[in-house]
Amino acid sequence: MSHLRELYQEVIFDHNRNPHNFGKLPNPDRTVHGHNPLCGDQLTLYLQVDADGAIRDIAFDGHGCAISVASASIMTDLVKGASAAEALLWFDKFHAMVTGGGDGGGGEGMEKLAVLGGVRQYPMRVKCATLPWHTLQAALRGGGATVSTE
Amino acid sequence: MKAATATAIKPPADFAVEKIRADFPALHQKVHGRPLVYLDNAASAQKPQAVIDAISDYYRRDHANVHRGVHTLSQRATDAYEGAREKVRAWINAASSCECIYVSGATEGVNLVAQAYARPRLKSGDEIVATISEHHSNIVPWQMVCEQTGAVLRAIPVQDNGELDLRAAAELIGGRTRIVAFGHISNALGTVNPVAELTAMARAAGAVTVVDGAQAMPHLRVDVRALDCDFYTFSGHKMYGPTGSGILYGKEALLDSMAPYRGGGEMIKSVSFAGTVYHDLPHKFEAGTPFIAGAVGLGATVDYLGGIGMEQVAAHESAVLDYALARAADTPGLTVIGRPRQRAAILSFTMDGVHPHDIGTVLDHEGVAVRTGHHCAQPLMQRFGIAATARASFGMYNTRAEVDALFAAVGKVREMF
Ligand SMILES: Cc1ncc(COP(=O)(O)O)c(C=O)c1O
Repeated sequence: MSHLRELYQEVIFDHNRNPHNFGKLPNPDRTVHGHNPLCGDQLTLYLQVDADGAIRDIAFDGHGCAISVASASIMTDLVKGASAAEALLWFDKFHAMVTGGGDGGGGEGMEKLAVLGGVRQYPMRVKCATLPWHTLQAALRGGGATVSTE
Repeated sequence: MKAATATAIKPPADFAVEKIRADFPALHQKVHGRPLVYLDNAASAQKPQAVIDAISDYYRRDHANVHRGVHTLSQRATDAYEGAREKVRAWINAASSCECIYVSGATEGVNLVAQAYARPRLKSGDEIVATISEHHSNIVPWQMVCEQTGAVLRAIPVQDNGELDLRAAAELIGGRTRIVAFGHISNALGTVNPVAELTAMARAAGAVTVVDGAQAMPHLRVDVRALDCDFYTFSGHKMYGPTGSGILYGKEALLDSMAPYRGGGEMIKSVSFAGTVYHDLPHKFEAGTPFIAGAVGLGATVDYLGGIGMEQVAAHESAVLDYALARAADTPGLTVIGRPRQRAAILSFTMDGVHPHDIGTVLDHEGVAVRTGHHCAQPLMQRFGIAATARASFGMYNTRAEVDALFAAVGKVREMF
């Protein structure tokens, strides 16, 4: 059970049961839909973005496994108030952490993301953890209204 | 366990499941320190030693290209390849082995009919009727034909119990219908569809039937002439045979009337730049060097199943399924999707507050392999308002003890979440 406990840390269950920033924003500047065709997970991100690109407010809804819901919950907490560049840098580090290992180079905020580090033992679940981030990236880069992990 | 219903269900006494398990090397291993409980048979079944041996013996001794050389090995390979075709013909009771086309699986079987039969014949205004419970491989090829021809694809709905709505089917299948395509058994719910009734409706409308038998072959003895369908296709790997092997059965007159859909070697009688004469059935649809070892393995699979008897397999699986359904009914917070009256040993379920993906990961840690996701049947998932399920699918080698292991693991999921 050791790996399993590393994957499903208590914090993950907490976020899954009571996800932060769950729901819609009243007047989002950007709405982007994320989809994992492999398992059918769906997630929509709502963003209010300042003129300089900073994320003033962010929320999400949809349905997914505990890993993707916890990841979206933690991500939205972290990036609220951050600049687009900061958010994208976190994605890079997070991606390095869940695919490679280590702490993705560390730095501010990475300790919050570290609870998802157990995903690296489960290649089939990496996409669950990264779906919210792929969706955020699309929102910040102003790409299409729907992104897919495939 | 508290269910009186569950304990009352006994497997047939004459089915020696332990002896069968001994034939399947892959079953005897540990996963995460637990004995493997393989319940993902609907995705792909494990292989008996007899099939593994047939393939390896073929490569060790008899391999050469088929239908080409005058030398001994080519003759042996050709005999093995055509011998396997004859075994499959007898197994499904086709009238002639020329009606059994080797394909890479059910997916290619449907695509072959879509491109070689439907595409040249259909036109704008024609209709193809499928069902909402189809595997994507029996939807997408028809959508492609619709794009190519202007035909329209319509879907027979499914009732809450997971059975097809035959009244709606009777309304959908009519004068415009050219093709009726449906699965024999639903891979997502296990529903056994009424092939004879649908075939009769199609016939009355003058339409051709295409049956996807991928999930039926491992559970039933299929007789294509008794079903009276026009096309029937299946994959070897779901019936304990090799991946990449499969058969498209078609009535000879229909296959004869179709032009080949791939050109190349093996499928011609003579080639010149002035024109080419195609080979006869079945070779006209088998361009290029085929998957000879796969055909040999498929023949060995049919021999193996024949030695056991599909009636015995069906009786054993139905006892295991009934036991699993009774255990499921005793599990609070667990919902089985669909209650069809006729069901193969496939059980799709959801658990309150737990996503199927998480179920799958925890089960895997208990050694229990199930499939989680949409099972390539997204329209059906949408019909039931769910994105995904966990699916336990049983094969001839699964036991009551493994059902207990599944539900013990489900209990672990409950504890964690
Ligand atoms: C009902 C059904 N049809 C078709 C297929 C496709 O089979 P294959 O991938 O072997 O071509 C499958 C399995 O994936 C199936 O379950």
